[in-house]
Amino acid sequence: MSSIPGTTPPLLQVEGLIKRFPARGGKTVHAVEDVNFSVKRGTTVGLVGESGSGKTTAGRTLLRLIEPTGGRAIFDGTDIFALPDKEMRAYRRRMQIIFQDPFSSLNPRMRIEAILGEALDACGYPRGSKRKDRVNELLSLVGLQPDHARRFPHEFSGGQRQRIGIARALAVEPDFVVADEPVSALDVSVQAQVLNLLSDLQKRLGLTLLFIAHDLSVVEYLCDEVVVMYLGRVMERGPSRLVYTSPRHPYTKALLATAPIPDPERRRLHVPLAGDIPSPINPPSGCVFRTRCAHAIDACAQTVPTADHIGGDHHVACIRHRELAEIS
Amino acid sequence: MSDLAPDTILSVRDLRTWFKSRRVIAKAVDGVTFDLKRGQTLAVVGESGSGKSVTSLSIMGLLSPPGGIESGEVLFRDSKGVVHDLARASAREFRRLRGKEIAMIFQEPMTSLNPLYTVGDQIGEMIALHERMSHAEARRRALEMLRHVEIPDAANRLDDYPHQMSGGMRQRVMIAMALACNPSLLIADEPTTALDVTIQSQILDLLRRLQDQFGMSILFITHNLGVVAEIAQDVVVMYSGRVVEHAPVVPLFRKQKHPYTQGLLACTPNAARDLSASGERKALYSIPGSVPPITALPPGCAFAPRCRYAIDACSSIPPQLEAVGDHHLSRCLRSAEL
Ligand SMILES: Nc1ncnc2c1ncn2[C@@H]1O[C@H](COP(=O)(O)OP(=O)(O)OP(=O)(O)O)[C@@H](O)[C@H]1O
Ligand SMILES: Nc1ncnc2c1ncn2[C@@H]1O[C@H](COP(=O)(O)OP(=O)(O)OP(=O)(O)O)[C@@H](O)[C@H]1O
Ligand code: SF4
Ligand SMILES: [Mg+2]
Ligand SMILES: [Mg+2]
Repeated sequence: MSSIPGTTPPLLQVEGLIKRFPARGGKTVHAVEDVNFSVKRGTTVGLVGESGSGKTTAGRTLLRLIEPTGGRAIFDGTDIFALPDKEMRAYRRRMQIIFQDPFSSLNPRMRIEAILGEALDACGYPRGSKRKDRVNELLSLVGLQPDHARRFPHEFSGGQRQRIGIARALAVEPDFVVADEPVSALDVSVQAQVLNLLSDLQKRLGLTLLFIAHDLSVVEYLCDEVVVMYLGRVMERGPSRLVYTSPRHPYTKALLATAPIPDPERRRLHVPLAGDIPSPINPPSGCVFRTRCAHAIDACAQTVPTADHIGGDHHVACIRHRELAEIS
Repeated sequence: MSDLAPDTILSVRDLRTWFKSRRVIAKAVDGVTFDLKRGQTLAVVGESGSGKSVTSLSIMGLLSPPGGIESGEVLFRDSKGVVHDLARASAREFRRLRGKEIAMIFQEPMTSLNPLYTVGDQIGEMIALHERMSHAEARRRALEMLRHVEIPDAANRLDDYPHQMSGGMRQRVMIAMALACNPSLLIADEPTTALDVTIQSQILDLLRRLQDQFGMSILFITHNLGVVAEIAQDVVVMYSGRVVEHAPVVPLFRKQKHPYTQGLLACTPNAARDLSASGERKALYSIPGSVPPITALPPGCAFAPRCRYAIDACSSIPPQLEAVGDHHLSRCLRSAEL
């Protein structure tokens, strides 16, 4: 790194991202509403939140696998949302995705070398003997052996298949990778292997990673920064250590407090979050978290809280965060 | 069969449940033994394919061919004190016990609720099946159950169909249905795995409270050690169809004797533990390799190919489950040294 840290523009800057889907009866699903965050070059940002919070939708719109409803995504200086399809093609190669389910994301009838070959075709990699070397190189990059190239996906375990998914994403030498819950479908003992592999590759190849997860503890391991989403909106974001040691949004606090701790002598703090997540078709007015928030007051229903910068790149979207910080 | 200790409600003894096809035998459960004490919660943990669900289906008599109990006993003491061997019980005996004496909840409530009937009707029918009462009375009990499981506005939700409810609410309905006849044993097979953490913690709190109130014993199946720490008094760790470690919860988390349990705990991300250790983020511990297919288990210790303590003997001599401490069992050749 030649530049001074903190002065380089982020690789990706997301501004006012909106994605709405049409629903039955002329209604609208507010999957992602006014999401802002940025991803610095060579770092990993975690996007966390419970089911339906809009993580996958956000990740896919950023790669334009689905078209955004509004907002900007400035990737390496260019707003890729404004690009015509033809110009977008060059960017597609630079941005890749790893899917959650290693079982359905690989074509069962293709050998591993063909699966990786397809990805190499996409970036115009020449055929011939050099290609075989590249396939072997990719396999060893993710901890597999050259003789695995001739096998089919069903001959691999879940963790190995996820390694193949990672190799496929890395085949085109992307700058930016979205990993959408890459370990959620794996056994605990194998999850750690894949997380360590991702972290290792990120360092070695200088990758920039957006890591999507519903599990805060998994994110903590891998991510420099965290973005906490709830019902399509960002509740809190900032450097992992700050968010984990001093969470400021009531939702982040509740998420951290409700995660079961693998230690029977250390009871989890009892901060039960009442009720369920409301429907994104009819989200609550004002703060979308207010229907489950223990600190909600009338004013919370009036306006959507803006993300306040509370220092050190730490942002929180709660109108009461200052008074609540004084209480605790 | 009368040798069931009075405080024990369920005793699984050397249970073997196999799936036989012409070419292979899948020994899904191969010599599993444990006891569940009255009013307590025993957790069965293990990764995918370790035999947790097959164990619970064996207890409930819900196996279908080619699966079947090969040998072993499943002793269950009903509320009148009569001991049944569920490994040999008839279909008729099971019909009397299931729902009334033993109830079960599953991971995915949507597949076990009937989409065509309202939740009130389903709970009511469950009650009417075992207890003589009028339709109106069954409905009143159903409502009472929905209140017990803290469904908000229960009177109005009684006529909801399952699809009108969230995942967390459906799981509450499943629990209401399971507890409607006040069973003495509840088998919960990953009841919170499909739920978000905030909903999971609600359900765990609810189960704990209902256990205090109704006094049922719980066999709780999960792959999440965090959940185990929270809900169980006793823990059985399974690997490839066998029990590898068995201990009360505190000793198990303080000092795991089996290398697999040690590894499993070390690779479970634990924000609380890792926060206290300040400084640089460390690599997560990981167990190399993956779980072997049940039809091609290595000889000797099934964990040997992945074990960092394995010695030559481990790949030829099958270790036995042996006492390594007070009420603490481990299946490892080296457990004395480790
Ligand atoms: N194609 C679509 N049409 C309509 N609604 C959609 C569509 N895709 C997603 N949604 C809705 O948008 C919301 C956000 O979904 P999304 O899949 O992004 O959530 P998520 O945070 O990834 O959740 P999970 O943890 O379950 O993967 C959900 O309410 C979902 O039902
Ligand atoms: N109907 C069946 N026929 C053949 N093998 C089976 C059958 N059902 C289960 N098995 C095998 O029995 C073994 C144990 O399966 P089981 O469902 O008990 O695992 P589990 O511990 O509950 O895993 P999970 O965490 O994935 O639910 C697995 O290897 C599985 O493939
Ligand atoms: S018996 Fe050997 S291989 Fe098996 S767990 Fe013990 S040390 Fe490891
Ligand atoms: Mg998703
Ligand atoms: Mg199971």
